[in-house]
Amino acid sequence: MATLLIRGGRVVDPSQGVDRVDDVLVRDGLIVSIGHGGGQPIGRADETIEAAGLVVCPGLVDMHVHLREPGREEDETIETGTRAALAGGFTSVACIPNTEPPIDTQAAVEFIRQKATRADTCNVFVVACVSRGREGKELAEIGRLVEAGAVAFSDDGSPVYDAELMRRALEYCRMFDKPVLAHEEVLELSRGGIMHEGLVSLVLGLPGMPAAAEDVMIGRDITLAETTGGRVHVMHVSTAGGVALIRDAKRRGVRITAEACPHHFTLTDESLRGFDANCKMSPPLRTAADVEAIITGLADGTIDCIATDHAPHAREKKLLEIDRAPFGILGLETAVGLTVTRLVATGRIGWPRMVEAMSLLPSRILGIARGTLQPGAVADITLIDPARSWRVDRSRLCSKSINTPFDGWTLQGRAVATIVAGRIKYRLREPAAP
Amino acid sequence: MTSDSFYREPVPAEWAHRHLLDLERLTPDEIRLLLDTATLFKEATGGCRRKLGVLSGFTVVNLFFENSTRTRVSFALAARRLGADTVDFTTSSSSLSKGESFIDTARNLEAMGIDAVVVRHSTPGTPHLLAQHLQVGVINAGDGPHEHPTQGLLDIFSIRERLGRIEGTTVALVGDIAHSRTARSNIWGLTKLGARVILCGPPTLVSDRWKECGVEVSHDLDAILPRCDVVNLLRIQFERQSTRPFPSVQEYAHLYAMTGERLRQARDDLLILAPGPINRGVEVTAEVADCSRSLILDQVTNGLAVRMAVLWLICGPRAAPTTTPLGSHGGRLV
Repeated sequence: MATLLIRGGRVVDPSQGVDRVDDVLVRDGLIVSIGHGGGQPIGRADETIEAAGLVVCPGLVDMHVHLREPGREEDETIETGTRAALAGGFTSVACIPNTEPPIDTQAAVEFIRQKATRADTCNVFVVACVSRGREGKELAEIGRLVEAGAVAFSDDGSPVYDAELMRRALEYCRMFDKPVLAHEEVLELSRGGIMHEGLVSLVLGLPGMPAAAEDVMIGRDITLAETTGGRVHVMHVSTAGGVALIRDAKRRGVRITAEACPHHFTLTDESLRGFDANCKMSPPLRTAADVEAIITGLADGTIDCIATDHAPHAREKKLLEIDRAPFGILGLETAVGLTVTRLVATGRIGWPRMVEAMSLLPSRILGIARGTLQPGAVADITLIDPARSWRVDRSRLCSKSINTPFDGWTLQGRAVATIVAGRIKYRLREPAAP
Repeated sequence: MTSDSFYREPVPAEWAHRHLLDLERLTPDEIRLLLDTATLFKEATGGCRRKLGVLSGFTVVNLFFENSTRTRVSFALAARRLGADTVDFTTSSSSLSKGESFIDTARNLEAMGIDAVVVRHSTPGTPHLLAQHLQVGVINAGDGPHEHPTQGLLDIFSIRERLGRIEGTTVALVGDIAHSRTARSNIWGLTKLGARVILCGPPTLVSDRWKECGVEVSHDLDAILPRCDVVNLLRIQFERQSTRPFPSVQEYAHLYAMTGERLRQARDDLLILAPGPINRGVEVTAEVADCSRSLILDQVTNGLAVRMAVLWLICGPRAAPTTTPLGSHGGRLV
């Protein structure tokens, strides 16, 4: 009977409407109670963490992570990626199946789960392909993949281009109550594009990816979700138009959810002026008006959650000419800092909403039993120092890659301890700056 | 800086750049300094024909990742007129895909003891990336559709030489603005020096967004022509277009080609520029290209003057405290 007491932190658990200074008691990997539950004093435990001044919340869940294994182990592995997750405060990640080969069979799902067990870091939930081979032609064996443990389906990296296939996927996934996670992009409109199409792309002479490429596809998928009753989840929303479409669809009762990435509420296309391939991702960094719309959408709940789209690429790949460098940046280890700095410290959202967006709602969307500190729940807990100011140093990241545009940035807010099933899997060793 | 032997002096202190990457970030005074220096070099070399030897002992590498004839030759001749040795390294990005990145290629060349790299590449920003990774001077000889600063300078130089001024003139850039590095360098250079710039072409090649950069946008050549002092006819870059931005070449020529008929509607003193190579019959008819108002061949000569000026400003000796006697090879910034 191993017990862990987290004493005197600000416990934020939107699943129960809790936001107060209290203790959290854990026994044998499960939550016993917040506070004195049942009148028994919490005083003694095998291990105690003093959490005064810290936010104590259900473990963070990142539902959009590229772990790269199998096939691209030079960029990241399940072990290094999940270590980065722990260092970023995440107790669970959902890994996206655009690996080589793609995750479209029971055996492939089983491989990920075994590797994750062996790594013994955070929870890894598997997202499997919508289409066989991620080729966008015919459905993968969705039922058997669900049996193997897949929690959602996505061809991310590419859209499900054939509208009829997308319709069938939404219909078919209904019987398992699984969402289709959609990368929204009309490829003809964004072909050859490197950055957002706008004044900056015009001046730099770089081919653009217009906002319309994303908005048109979001519109299609809203209509398909509405017709089929299926669940569509819009990944990495980056445009003001997309936010407006989703807001309107939710008002009509369409079963749609959405996520936004920290870089899309932090940076704009102006960042490309130095031709830094670490600012190249898909969807691209857009304008200040889009950033504002994303933040408003996160604040009013139009965008349900924050996900990182953690996309590691080995250093040499990002050193290529900007048109040959791959899309994507790291996200796991900077997500808390960026969210606190950009959204919480500025008063745009409160802590309960942040925890909802980074833990409760991604858990609900994926249908996983996480995101809560209710008695009996698995004791996945994140401790965040909300005031800690720290400098991002890409040479000290846990990820195997260093492709972050935030190197050298000073951020506020950092995970200081990450607890998975009652075990402390990560503790920040650096002392706080004076 | 007016004497005949200006080039024996250190590079003027007002020139603080180690590289020439674009015109967008230069000040009007820096652009004027470049043009004035080019004028001096043109005079000192008897119209770009004689050799000066001010960069004797220096080595300039032409690192061309994209095909070019005239720009490469022009840079090579300019360097030799100044006494520098030149080496051409021409390759294509695809041949580098064996694993060596363009940065590795450039670092290898740098390790052989060179003084400046003149780089052309089909991807915008490549010279900027090289400048971050190399110690030697980097000169942008065209980076995709982004900028071609020496072409912009030689166009402006040619206009200034003929009209005596840039400020207050009206210059139309006609054609494929979307894919033209020459257009971008001209836009920044001309507007900084006080010219009125009109971009003209179909909306698929000329975005209305350019108005946010302080230029005028028109889709009707006949309407703007009478107001122009200069038209610069930009080549249709078929090779950079993924989809055709107009229905046919014939239709484009009908709407935008500079023909003898259009020339007669323009002012008598209208000057015609074209950065070359030109598609005769598409952007301009032979009749116009070869007429007395065409500066097309002046542009080529002036290209040498501008490139001599650029090479000297980038490689030439700096004033104290880092200065060492000219020719001893130690004057360059590191």
